[in-house]
Amino acid sequence: MSLRPELALLADLIPDGSRVLDLGCGSGELLSHLITETGCRGTGVEIDPDAVLAAIARGVPVVELDIDTQLDDFADDSYDVVVLSRTIQTIRKPREVLQQMARIGDTLIVSVPNFGQLGNRLRLMRGRMPMSRDLPHAWYDTPNLRFTTLVDLEGLFTAVGLKTHRRIVLNPSGRPARTGERLANLVGAAAVYVLRA
Amino acid sequence: MGAKALEPGSVGLVDTQSVRLFTPESPLQLRSGQALGPIEVAYETYGTLSPDKDNAVFICHALTGDAHAAGFHPGAKRPGWWDNLIGPGKPLDTDRFFVVCANLLGGCQGTTGPSSINPETGKPYGLSFPLLTVGDLVEVHRALMHHLGVERLLAALGGSLGGMQVLDWALHYPEELANAIVVAASSRLTAQNIAFSAVARRAIMGDPRFDDGGYTESSDHPDTGLAIARMMAHITYLSEDALTEKFGRAPQPGRGAPGFGIDFAVESYLDHQGQVFTERSDALSYLYLSRVMDYFDPFADADALQRVSAHPLRWLVMSFDTDWRFGTDHSRRIVRRLELGGQPVTFREISSPWGHDSFLLEVPSYHATLRTYLDRALLEVRS
Repeated sequence: MSLRPELALLADLIPDGSRVLDLGCGSGELLSHLITETGCRGTGVEIDPDAVLAAIARGVPVVELDIDTQLDDFADDSYDVVVLSRTIQTIRKPREVLQQMARIGDTLIVSVPNFGQLGNRLRLMRGRMPMSRDLPHAWYDTPNLRFTTLVDLEGLFTAVGLKTHRRIVLNPSGRPARTGERLANLVGAAAVYVLRA
Repeated sequence: MGAKALEPGSVGLVDTQSVRLFTPESPLQLRSGQALGPIEVAYETYGTLSPDKDNAVFICHALTGDAHAAGFHPGAKRPGWWDNLIGPGKPLDTDRFFVVCANLLGGCQGTTGPSSINPETGKPYGLSFPLLTVGDLVEVHRALMHHLGVERLLAALGGSLGGMQVLDWALHYPEELANAIVVAASSRLTAQNIAFSAVARRAIMGDPRFDDGGYTESSDHPDTGLAIARMMAHITYLSEDALTEKFGRAPQPGRGAPGFGIDFAVESYLDHQGQVFTERSDALSYLYLSRVMDYFDPFADADALQRVSAHPLRWLVMSFDTDWRFGTDHSRRIVRRLELGGQPVTFREISSPWGHDSFLLEVPSYHATLRTYLDRALLEVRS
């Protein structure tokens, strides 16, 4: 099975045999790959009923819970890795969710689209809300509730006591960008962070 | 009945079978330490066991169920109690799955229970029948599976008390199940749950015809108490919205001046439920099996999760959002415990207006989940 480039990148960051909690797992594509290919065990959390059913069809354990309010169901230090892939911008309480992730897991992997990317800024300067391959939704039809740039997001990581071990800036095709770290917030369409408390 | 047998989706005509699984010489050792034998078990099967014996699904029934889960008995107008789930092309597709359902130990529908004859005395056991645990019910299920030549189930599936049996089975013998499907169940009754059971038992035992359990030898049974117990329990099986939608405050047709009879349609409905129940149920079975639920607390056993960790199996836990008997809090407690044990658990809260009874009904997202899960389970066991 071939994964989308960004999911393949996430999979590479997760050590073989890990116990993985994937928050907002969608149809379970990442977990299915980890379970069958790299000896991981894991659970997905998803609230969209169709996605839950798709994950069950893939054989991925999935719990239908609200990430914003129901992560208490997972015990302290019960997972090696907790993944929040392209989901932080859709939840109501990003700060609390990051704190819960740090409580539940050892390593956190967070990926996020960058609203601060140059193309988005230019679109905003022309008076239109950002839309791009990474932000494909019209303003009235988007699941995204939180609009953050990489710099803003990193400020929240620091505020909740998370240290960034790796940051991988992605170009619009979901592959690592070849730009300098200094320009990440301008050039990166998205980024993947590996964090620890 | 020929037409019914040909009805698409029906397993057609079925018979309840019976087998003696324990004898006085080789009795069942109950978890209490007491021995019980003989034990006759009434059961039904649907579909065909595959040559690899990898497609068996065991149905555990709830407090008042029986072995007749699907299809039609000769001459019957109504099918078995879970016929909407079991049959060709249904989620439990009998073209692919081999389905087994047995009446519980302590029951009154063909399996040995407190109203059965005690061979030592030649009289019904009555209240001398030993108290049971969920684990005892499971031991009899296991003996039946051995009798049928099945060493490992593809899945055990049950709702309410049925789900509790599945949970106990999987926690004690995880190597015997590939999947445990626990619906609208509980791993530990609340004070409110026990309180409702207490009132039901008091209604039965307070009926003078109960006669300290001696009624089985007379034709006069404690039907008043049993009907009251059922009427009250039935209220807890439905949501307030479900009762409102079914009856509202509709008057009973033909009611006269207000009085203390059956003035409202809902009263007639409950009265009917109570009456029907006394025809197919037994007061002693109700006492024994409701008590089984009160004491169930499988996670109190500190070794339970360790046993499971050594023999991985998969779990599907489901609840219904309007169930106030064993609601979502009960299921999430089960999920939390299994999570703590590192178990691969899938959980869904199904939206349904019908309360606890939803597990018996054809709720689309509920059946879709079971269908998807069971299809995958069969695929995995054969990959």
